[in-house]
Amino acid sequence: MQSHLAQIHTMHIPDGFINAPTSAVAGVIAVVGLAFCLNGARRQLDEKTAPLAGLVAVFIFAMQMLNFPVAAGTSGHLLGGALAVILIGPYAGALAVSVVILVQALLFADGGLSAIGLNIINMGLVTAVVGWFVFRWLVKIIGVSRPKVMTAAFAAGLVSVPMSAVAFALEYAIGGTGTIPINTVTVVMVGVHILIGLGEGLITALTVGAVFLVRPDLVYGVHDRLPKKLLVTTPSVSTPANGS
Amino acid sequence: MPSPHTHGHDVGERLFVHRHSTIHRLPAEVKTVAMVLFIFTVIMTPPNQFWAFGLFALMLVAVAAFAKIPARVILPRMLVEVPFIFFALLMPFFGSGPTVEVWGLSLSQAGLLAGWGILIKGTLGVVSSILLAATTPARDLLMGLERLKVPELLVQIASFMLRYTHVVADEMKRMKLARESRGFTATGIRSWPIIAQSGGALFIRSYERGERVHLAMLSRGYTGRLPQLVAVTTTPTDWVTAMSLPAVGLLIALTALWIQR
Repeated sequence: MQSHLAQIHTMHIPDGFINAPTSAVAGVIAVVGLAFCLNGARRQLDEKTAPLAGLVAVFIFAMQMLNFPVAAGTSGHLLGGALAVILIGPYAGALAVSVVILVQALLFADGGLSAIGLNIINMGLVTAVVGWFVFRWLVKIIGVSRPKVMTAAFAAGLVSVPMSAVAFALEYAIGGTGTIPINTVTVVMVGVHILIGLGEGLITALTVGAVFLVRPDLVYGVHDRLPKKLLVTTPSVSTPANGS
Repeated sequence: MPSPHTHGHDVGERLFVHRHSTIHRLPAEVKTVAMVLFIFTVIMTPPNQFWAFGLFALMLVAVAAFAKIPARVILPRMLVEVPFIFFALLMPFFGSGPTVEVWGLSLSQAGLLAGWGILIKGTLGVVSSILLAATTPARDLLMGLERLKVPELLVQIASFMLRYTHVVADEMKRMKLARESRGFTATGIRSWPIIAQSGGALFIRSYERGERVHLAMLSRGYTGRLPQLVAVTTTPTDWVTAMSLPAVGLLIALTALWIQR
């Protein structure tokens, strides 16, 4: 499926890019953040948490493999933080994305083992928090309809990615081992990530729009704001459990 | 419809290299802790102590040889680090202080050193993770995390992810095949809505599969916990064996820091 020449790719921080003390502290912060999300997800989903968040983690992982062609042999792919929280809520969404990052580091050597905390903060927690609040705030102001939900999803995706770059710049300022000055890093990283964010916002909006069209009840970000006429009454499980 | 890329039941089985060695036999959590600590000793070593990194590399080569993991398994998997090599290569063009001329380019000495540090530490880290995944089945790695008191729920989410990656990836391939058999070719941004539509459908199918899996589990007596099928006993000898790696690493790192002083 790798038919394109280059992928626009947000880098997982490798080992040695941020010094040991900062990486260790980030690990502790990530643990606290994940514990908070675990609690929240358990309240929201109960014992459904593991299968649902697990399958959504797979979905995000699969979406990251989906190539969106840009131009001249380059293509981009989704990061998925904003998409996950809009679809299944802030806690389970952050968990799903964090688990993807954890598995990528542990099994595929994508992102350093010592940098797991940093990567979970940047790509799991920050995108989840920013994406969720931007989305909720916008649907509260502009209301709920397919174009409006897509607009809010676009904004959530667009803002979440540069904020992730801001978190990275902050970590680089505290414990970066490189010699590129922090101002340059911040400007370049945020600049590039605004461009990536445009793509992220577009993919997030289109995907949320597609789900909203068929199953608006599955867009958790608007679960308490759906107009009555949009509420689907078909049972969510229509096939017998077949152990799939 | 099984795809030709599917070799095992889950992604983890593709990464694991079946061999018989002491390193393969060590319990997963022991190996994980040892590897993470080892990487920390690597990243705390100052980059100008070149000899230290030579020794670190030798240690990893020794682990690979001991575990009978050939280079042809390790090298292709190292490609994941390509994106950040560019970052390391940029470093010499920045940084203050004295510069050196290389091929007519004026490069910062501090930048060269920092770039080298990022490159070598990142590479050693990648090889360490590859060795961990090649000598430990993915499921054991996750069970090991649980024995390290990582919350069970997190481990369960991760094991669902492993188990269903192929299922969902195959679903995605079928959708791609369906799109293409209707004459669709992805050309540019104008084809994004079509691809995203498949993404939306994939989410609904994944979510509903999650619900079905949950019901199937409930009907088999699931209460939120997964039973441990094999009891793993970790002996002090296991810990001592595994910890020899980070212990030697620490010795090297401290010596390097002491010389640096």
